[in-house]
Amino acid sequence: MGFYDIYSPYNNFDFPGFFRQVSAENVQAVLAKESLTPEDFLILLSPAAEAYLELMAQRAHRETVQNFGRVIFLFTPLYLADYCENQCLYCGFNVKNTFPRRKLSPGEVEKEAVEIAKTEMKHVLILTGESRKHTPPSYIKECLQVLERHFTSISLEIYPLEIEEYADLIGAGVDGLTIYQEVYNEEIYDAIHPAGPKRDYRYRLDAPERGCRAGMRTVSLGPLLGLNDWRREVFFAGLHADYLRREFWDVEVGLSFPRFRPHRGNFQPQTMVSDRNFVQIILAGRLFLPRAGITVSTRERAELRDNILPLGVTKMSACSSTAVGGRIEVKEGVGQFEISDRRDIEAMKEMLLGRGYQPIFKDWHKV
Amino acid sequence: MKDSLIIGGTTLENRLFLGTGKFSHHALMAEVIRHTGVQVVTVALRRIDFTAQEENVMQHVPRECLLMPNTSGARNAEEAVRIARIARAAGAGNWIKIEVISDQHYLLPDNFETIKATEILAQEGFVVLPYMNPDLMAAKRLKEAGAAAVMPLGAPIGSNRGLQTKEMIRILIDTIDLPIIVDAGLGRPSQAAEAMEMGAAAVLVNTAVATANDPLLMAVAFNHAVKAGRLAYLAGPAAAKQTAEASSPLTGFLR
Repeated sequence: MGFYDIYSPYNNFDFPGFFRQVSAENVQAVLAKESLTPEDFLILLSPAAEAYLELMAQRAHRETVQNFGRVIFLFTPLYLADYCENQCLYCGFNVKNTFPRRKLSPGEVEKEAVEIAKTEMKHVLILTGESRKHTPPSYIKECLQVLERHFTSISLEIYPLEIEEYADLIGAGVDGLTIYQEVYNEEIYDAIHPAGPKRDYRYRLDAPERGCRAGMRTVSLGPLLGLNDWRREVFFAGLHADYLRREFWDVEVGLSFPRFRPHRGNFQPQTMVSDRNFVQIILAGRLFLPRAGITVSTRERAELRDNILPLGVTKMSACSSTAVGGRIEVKEGVGQFEISDRRDIEAMKEMLLGRGYQPIFKDWHKV
Repeated sequence: MKDSLIIGGTTLENRLFLGTGKFSHHALMAEVIRHTGVQVVTVALRRIDFTAQEENVMQHVPRECLLMPNTSGARNAEEAVRIARIARAAGAGNWIKIEVISDQHYLLPDNFETIKATEILAQEGFVVLPYMNPDLMAAKRLKEAGAAAVMPLGAPIGSNRGLQTKEMIRILIDTIDLPIIVDAGLGRPSQAAEAMEMGAAAVLVNTAVATANDPLLMAVAFNHAVKAGRLAYLAGPAAAKQTAEASSPLTGFLR
């Protein structure tokens, strides 16, 4: 049994038909319930629910404050390498994009870490492209030895690993895993991943579960919005998170809903998710999974990030660079995608405190 | 006569304990402490950054307060023990609130692992206050393991549902010869007063205060409620009855 057994029965599900039948009364009934079923979640993702965003927002706000308090957890991404064997059509690291690739040496990792540490940030998310040749787990481990001296919590966002490999990296200091399925629809997944190890849909789909089994404290997942009808994709990501939290009680399962951003290459997204729908996604996610962490990255504009603070968000990235060595080189390299919110840490702190949220830099201490 | 609470050799006058995790600003928490005279404050070690200058929650806890680090984030006894040792080594004192939670949905404590951690840490000289699901046998074992008090939940953390476990807490108060501190779930001052009237030694709140529209005013309200409930307990409330009662209709003839 894995998440695929929950996902696959929906292959024949008539989503458009379901959405057509959702009435205002259905939405109101869901909003009156204490805990939500998957079907309730789908109702909140329906076009009919768009008329209820304010009501959803008020409940989402109440539940978030009650469960998490008036606090926002901050972290920053650290790109270790951009070597990649995949051809994801939507990604700047696509192997077919020609630009000078590189990976940080342990000494360079140290320099980046020192730069990040100046911001008081204690939680980093380390990223690579997918290349076991250039950045094998042993390389990640080397980097961890450096990073452990500067940070109390380290999360991974790299290619999918085996359970034993995750466990090995946990032993070396990792406590969190972020891995996006990108798109749950299998046909689209095949089409936009024409070559490379990432073609294996099931191997990637089961990666969050392998991370849970290996002993990750936090596991975060989500779809890349823009690759398929967002209502279905968000529904499956929610089901995936719900499946994991039921199977692995002790893991903090989180969600993130990255929207497609411009990058090197000329991929045109299938759909663009409007701000209004983005808000609906966050609200529906919060109401379906009241305890799930919800991350909003610097992909989003500063103004929007500020406005959605009270709606269910619990974690934010800040002071990001999506390029390898982005913090230590005068000339910034090629990033994975373009960042929207470029505020420095002082501006972020001021904004959060000004809006009644305590910024939290440290939320775990490796023991 | 002074009505003090003594835990681990420390004498306390204020029976409202404060959690810190959900305040919108560390400075607001400090203000709450100043206005209420709260003496015991619990802080998650996971949140304490001993190197940070400004954003360190510790710097906002007044010196006269007794700091009770907690092991929030621990999923088993081993992690709780390690967190406790880190806290003490970092100069956070001798008190430790054990929190072992491996259920991330309802955040219910694991009594079994909590007992194990209590035994180890009490032997190492910590003043151990374990957070627990109110179960008589578990409380008995916590006492045997060396706990200085036990902290049963009134309802799941942050739920503001009040004294859902009232009957079990009543049994603990009646049976266990240790201070019983109701921790978690209290959403209103009236519920805190009720716990104190029953004979709870103290209550610990965070969500109900930190997430109120006016946290400062709510903290003051809780402070009054805890004091009122304690006074009522000391006064020995008359028994409540369902109906008015005629004087001895059946045994009046014995006069």
